[in-house]
Amino acid sequence: MPLLEVDRLNVRFATPEGEVAAVSDLSFTLEAGHALGIVGESGSGKSQMAFALLGLLAKNGRATGSARYRGENLIGASEAQLNRRRGSEIAMIYQDPMTSLNPYLKVGEQLTEVLRFHKGMPHKAAYAEAALLLDAVKIAEPRKRMGMYPHEFSGGMRQRVVIAMALLCQPKLLIADEPTTALDVTVQAQILKLLHELPRDFASAVIMITHDLGVIAGICDEVLVMYAGRAMEYGPAQAIFDTPSHPYTRGLLHALPRMDRTHGERLATIPGNPPNLLALPPGCPFAPRCRERFEACLKPAPLTVFDGNRQRACHRAVPELTIP
Amino acid sequence: MLKFVLRRLFLEAIPTLLVLITLTFFLIRLAPGGPFSSEISVPPEVLANIQAQYRLDQPLWRQYLHYLNDLLHGDLGPSFKYKDFSVNDLVNKAFPVSLRLGLFAFVVALVVGVTAGVIAALRQNTWVDYGVMAAAMLGVVIPNFVLAPVLMLIFAVWLKVLPPGGWEGGKAMFVVLPVAVLCQHYIAVIARITRGSMIEVLSSPFIRTARAKGLPLGYILRRHALKPALLPVLSYLGPAFVGVITGSIVVESFFGIPGIGQLFVNGALNRDYTMVMGLTVLIGTLMILFNAVVDILYGLIDPRMRIR
Repeated sequence: MPLLEVDRLNVRFATPEGEVAAVSDLSFTLEAGHALGIVGESGSGKSQMAFALLGLLAKNGRATGSARYRGENLIGASEAQLNRRRGSEIAMIYQDPMTSLNPYLKVGEQLTEVLRFHKGMPHKAAYAEAALLLDAVKIAEPRKRMGMYPHEFSGGMRQRVVIAMALLCQPKLLIADEPTTALDVTVQAQILKLLHELPRDFASAVIMITHDLGVIAGICDEVLVMYAGRAMEYGPAQAIFDTPSHPYTRGLLHALPRMDRTHGERLATIPGNPPNLLALPPGCPFAPRCRERFEACLKPAPLTVFDGNRQRACHRAVPELTIP
Repeated sequence: MLKFVLRRLFLEAIPTLLVLITLTFFLIRLAPGGPFSSEISVPPEVLANIQAQYRLDQPLWRQYLHYLNDLLHGDLGPSFKYKDFSVNDLVNKAFPVSLRLGLFAFVVALVVGVTAGVIAALRQNTWVDYGVMAAAMLGVVIPNFVLAPVLMLIFAVWLKVLPPGGWEGGKAMFVVLPVAVLCQHYIAVIARITRGSMIEVLSSPFIRTARAKGLPLGYILRRHALKPALLPVLSYLGPAFVGVITGSIVVESFFGIPGIGQLFVNGALNRDYTMVMGLTVLIGTLMILFNAVVDILYGLIDPRMRIR
């Protein structure tokens, strides 16, 4: 049985302007210990997918479909049911470490409460365990640091604290939602290194959510490319980087800055903006921005299997694609 | 911290107080009439005598300096109206009464207001929320000079379970109605502030983090959400506390409670200069003091405010 099996997950938000389709018919599976990268532009529904898994959608949000964690459906589960998994078996790391820690509580307390509630650890043992984890994320003088408040930490340090907090109970599944977006480039590299190494030590599976394909390279086993809440392409990471099969994936890869470009050359972009999720086009959502579109693109493009273990949602056959 | 407190005191509190004293001193003397103008057919010599006794014959600036000097020695001066009583005596007798009444009302307002606000926030946009907020709105718009006689009518006249007025040294029976009338406005305001800030806090990322950690809701509310949600309430509590312990003119008049509120009304009506001055100084000092206390409490609750 896979660790996580998401089947036709839909996330909808009721707003005064109408219903926003944040995630539409998303399916994927994640094996224990594997790392899945979910890539897409801002607003492609990546984060809402993660919040839906943990039952953390905003009040006006609703998730349908199923997400089976070791066979148990997380969608529509009760708070009590979710609380047994959240923080202990499924943990999360957030985009902005400046706001994801409680500014009114000492870091030590925010760490130890996880152990006290999930493992019933007495105060002293929890403190020792939390100090070990802070040490593992390379925070110097962990005991002293635990007596401090989040505002006394730098952004990179706070993200280390959040990572330590997520790993406290050795989760089976770690969801990292844009963990390096809010950090300096030099700090990004250090945090990515931690996120690459630590889950392996703890045998945790990882879902790495990012808009930056560069973050995923070298870390993830599989990649899911999302656009406007839908899967565009899904398959082994190596195959997707070597032979991207969807015009959107190709556009994203082109937009990556490269060291071997000549000086003064402009960075490639995908023209246009992501569609309004209140009124999605009836066909392929990427069609309005796609250079390869033709009449068929006005109809929905279903996700189809090719090359044995890869999936893509595009009406054009791979050899027909003109952009490299 | 000590530096902060000292600066607060010498650079802010004392100058503010001085401005307040000066303004009140001259403003009340600008008002038409004087403390002895109602006593008709007093021979001019007698009036001159009385005025000399209270230093009213001296130029204003000298009266002002004299007053400041007395104040420095803790002397609020003799009452112009209640002969043989100093303002200090009268305030010393009335203040404990207002303080007792006010403390009760304050505690009730805080407990009920915060609880109602938190419940409304948790049940946001349900009939519970609307009910609490409608009640709070009533609490704000119903003046206490309407509520006081209505409650008196119901509980004292019809049901005959509570006395309609009086104080009797603050026995429980006599405190219930005045406290109810006095705290209704504060309950309403505190509930509204608490609801608003609690809703905001509950939607903040660090609460989502706490939920993602699998912590129970009750614990999240108590340990993670309550402190930040109460910060806006706290800044309202300083002035509210002073307002409530220095006596409500309406409540004390309606229930015949011998507190500061009554002294103030009578002092103003009688042009009892020293009495009005004394009470202004008292309330001003308390107001400045408790605003400073709130600032210090802020620092204790919010660690980010501590380093200055």
